[in-house]
Amino acid sequence: MKQVPAEYYHLMEQLQAVDFVLVELTLYLDTHNDDLEAIHQFNHYVQERKRIKKQFESQFGPLQQFGNSYSGHPWNWDDTPWPWQV
Amino acid sequence: MWIYEKKLQYPVRVSSCNPMLAKFLIEQYGGADGELAAALRYLNQRYTIPDKVIGLLTDIGTEEFAHLEMIATMVYKLTKDATPEQMKAAGLDGHYADHDKALFYHNAAGVPFTATYIQAKGDPITDLYEDIAAEEKARATYQWIINLSDDPDLNDGLRFLREREIIHSQRFREAVEILKEEQGKKTIF
Amino acid sequence: MHTHLKTYHPYVSPFDPCKPMVEKTYSTPPHLYIGFQPPNLPQFSPMEALRTGTLWKAFYDPWYSPYEKGNKGVPS
Repeated sequence: MKQVPAEYYHLMEQLQAVDFVLVELTLYLDTHNDDLEAIHQFNHYVQERKRIKKQFESQFGPLQQFGNSYSGHPWNWDDTPWPWQV
Repeated sequence: MWIYEKKLQYPVRVSSCNPMLAKFLIEQYGGADGELAAALRYLNQRYTIPDKVIGLLTDIGTEEFAHLEMIATMVYKLTKDATPEQMKAAGLDGHYADHDKALFYHNAAGVPFTATYIQAKGDPITDLYEDIAAEEKARATYQWIINLSDDPDLNDGLRFLREREIIHSQRFREAVEILKEEQGKKTIF
Repeated sequence: MHTHLKTYHPYVSPFDPCKPMVEKTYSTPPHLYIGFQPPNLPQFSPMEALRTGTLWKAFYDPWYSPYEKGNKGVPS
């Protein structure tokens, strides 16, 4: 039985937290397009997400496909686990 | 287009094999005020609403698909290794006979999903009021499911989803205010 | 005191078959009172925000099951 290490859950949660802030700020900015401070905060977390995504993908493979992530060899997009399986 | 990300919006956990809870939860999967109906409703309304709120409808509609995946994950985990006897004891014998463990877009009473859940009137204020009502109905549904559930891990995920309904309702209320504004000036309340 | 749970007391008939629930409650979450969100509202940290389901403290209104310890369906 192949199972993911504890580090998978840890890094995933870091990404989920940062991405959640980005979702919240996105919806907020959709109705507050003039809030410069919120836009600065948004851009800060865009950087942060890039960093965590890179780290996660180097250990656990691509998060997105259709060219939004690099592939390993062999093709590792369809490797388990899928999100609902972990 | 849409890009899939191999990640849940929130780390979903359930603490026990409990197909009875899956039976209730399926309401938010294929029910009238469920996540599928919400996603399809908002994305569909985008084509006939003023440009100022298309972004909001797109983003909330997209987030609803993330919620649909969370509900599916909960149902999957609650039923994954349940025996036919357990399915029967949970009142899912009818479901099992027709679908085995497959998820199906129906509500908690087994009524299949229908396009009539996806309201679209084409009048911007009417449609946004529909959306606010839909968020409040989904919020209430989460309350009733949490009340029926004794699974603390499941309730943790459901509480997250209920809180999202509050935020979505807030943003739709703000969208109404934006469309109500006199053209060419901006009011902050 | 401001609460996000309101109560009412339905009429009780001597002919009601179930044991009467003398007090009923309903939810009135914070977004009903805030209006158009003002800028710079206090925020949760990213991890807290994920756990609570909102970035802004003012909108946080958790709902608990009667089965959950320390709660009787009353949001704290």
